[in-house]
Amino acid sequence: MRALRFGMWMRIRLARALLTGPTRDPAPVRQQPPPQQKVSVEVLDHLEHLALVDFRDAEGVERLQKAIQFADQLHEVNTDGVEPMDSVLEDRCLYLREDDVTEGNCTKELLKNAREKVEEYFVAPPGNIPLPKLEERETFLQGS
Amino acid sequence: MAAAARGCAGVWRRACQRGAGGPAPRGQRDVSCNARSGAVPAGKSGLAPWVPVVGLEIHAQISSNSKLFSGSQVQFAAPPNSLVSFFDASLPGTLPVLNRRCVEAAVMTGLALNCSINKKSLFDRKHYFYADLPAGYQITQQRVPIAVNGSLSYSLCIDNKMSQMVNKTVRIKQIQLEQDSGKSLHDDTRSQTLVDLNRAGVGLMEVVMEPDMCCGEEAAAAVRELQLILQTLGSSQAVMAEGQLRVDANVSVHHPGEPYGVRTEVKNINSIRFLAKAVDYEIQRQIEELENGGTILNETRAFDSKLGCTVPMRDKEGKQDYRFMPEPNLPPLILYDAKSLPANINHQQVVNIDWIHERLPDLPSVKRAKLVERYGILPEHSFTLLNEDGLTEFFENVVKQTQMKPKKVIGWILNDLLSYLKQHSLTVKESPVSSCLLADLLNLLEKKEISSTAAKQINYCPLDKYIR
Repeated sequence: MRALRFGMWMRIRLARALLTGPTRDPAPVRQQPPPQQKVSVEVLDHLEHLALVDFRDAEGVERLQKAIQFADQLHEVNTDGVEPMDSVLEDRCLYLREDDVTEGNCTKELLKNAREKVEEYFVAPPGNIPLPKLEERETFLQGS
Repeated sequence: MAAAARGCAGVWRRACQRGAGGPAPRGQRDVSCNARSGAVPAGKSGLAPWVPVVGLEIHAQISSNSKLFSGSQVQFAAPPNSLVSFFDASLPGTLPVLNRRCVEAAVMTGLALNCSINKKSLFDRKHYFYADLPAGYQITQQRVPIAVNGSLSYSLCIDNKMSQMVNKTVRIKQIQLEQDSGKSLHDDTRSQTLVDLNRAGVGLMEVVMEPDMCCGEEAAAAVRELQLILQTLGSSQAVMAEGQLRVDANVSVHHPGEPYGVRTEVKNINSIRFLAKAVDYEIQRQIEELENGGTILNETRAFDSKLGCTVPMRDKEGKQDYRFMPEPNLPPLILYDAKSLPANINHQQVVNIDWIHERLPDLPSVKRAKLVERYGILPEHSFTLLNEDGLTEFFENVVKQTQMKPKKVIGWILNDLLSYLKQHSLTVKESPVSSCLLADLLNLLEKKEISSTAAKQINYCPLDKYIR
């Protein structure tokens, strides 16, 4: 219920923002969101490899579907000729630091977090431990 | 150690002809490309000629006191994890703060390479998992880098005698600022990796060159020139042996008129000599493979300097998806010039492109031209002078103190002094013969008080007393 109300609220906000914009165009044609697609097992597997997340079970996957659907609402806005905004910081000034040495020399503190260490080095496995292939994993995805 | 322009061309030609350097593919041919056409002519098999295509990605460590986004020191060979701040270790709650000196270094380099400097550039995150990348991503500039569309001019000698030099140009696609990763030391006996984050977060300039080169010789000459430019600017010390300059080569071959072939990436190249070797080997390998009916895989290969060949790199899990996204903690980087400089701004917070441009030192090509003009020496000589650290100063000091004409002095410097130093593996700074001594010697020679043979002997035995 809350999700639905938020969706409505967002749509109203967007519509208002568009109507009171500088060009005062008539309300732009509301484009349809793309048709809902099921996320394939291959894509899920790929995502699990890339981000090391675990979708765990069907409910996790369903939550992902809903999240995609929710984000797809953005497609309803006509953005022709509008520069994308990639950061809310775009108007801020990027602070430039002087090239002085002000940090470091805290080896002991940093190594306190390490479970294993060898003479002030962090210890890691010999290489990236690859996730087992889909067929070999005991995950519900196999059956999907 | 970087090879002199003469040495570089000479060595590659000889190496190719002698087939030196480990297991060569069957039916070996000379891949030193024809400087004019760039095509490798058909070998014994009589098939159509091949056009090799070589592109380079070069990472140059920025010469600065502190790192790109943190205040820890930049220093080679320090106790492990002693030059690491909380941000470098990617502890939660830390944020990147951009170092102005790194921005200036990138702008200088961009201007020296004739690039357009983007007055607004952006930072992005490139994600991948590895033990020496604690954050799980690298901050780089993928969408809008700081400089684009430049060019680098370099020279090659066509023949062994260094009497004919050809000027070539390679286009620079872009220069971007990015973070270096830490260092992994592999301990195979105990099946573990030791991680030192001293290098993590050091500023890098990635210089991406378009695939305009066609053989190892060209690649080596281009990198050598870039190295000299960086060292002249002071933006990077560019010493390959200390990892301050790293080169990855992208190599492919195709028939003239056909589309580009599948390319491989060659990594783990530790010197300019090995760069030429690695590129030439890979070109040969690909030609061999294709002429035998095989295919080239789009893979990453490492250069094995002992065997002189490239081998597939292990641990490659298919095509990487770096999931680039804008760096949310950094606003766009805005640069100014004289026209756009706002009136009431804090100068410490401003990088002025025009100000930097006015203060660029003479680039190597300009220095060489001045030497040729001032002293009447040959262009090839000016190359050798600039290639050896300190040799130009030595030469100019001798010229100042002697009556002998510079055109004659250069012979003594290049033929006698330099070959002596090379024989004994000495740098110019370590030369037992100082410029004053040599000048005195040449004066005696000019006044005919000693013979040329005697002068050479004295030159070679500096510990012997000599009579003024």
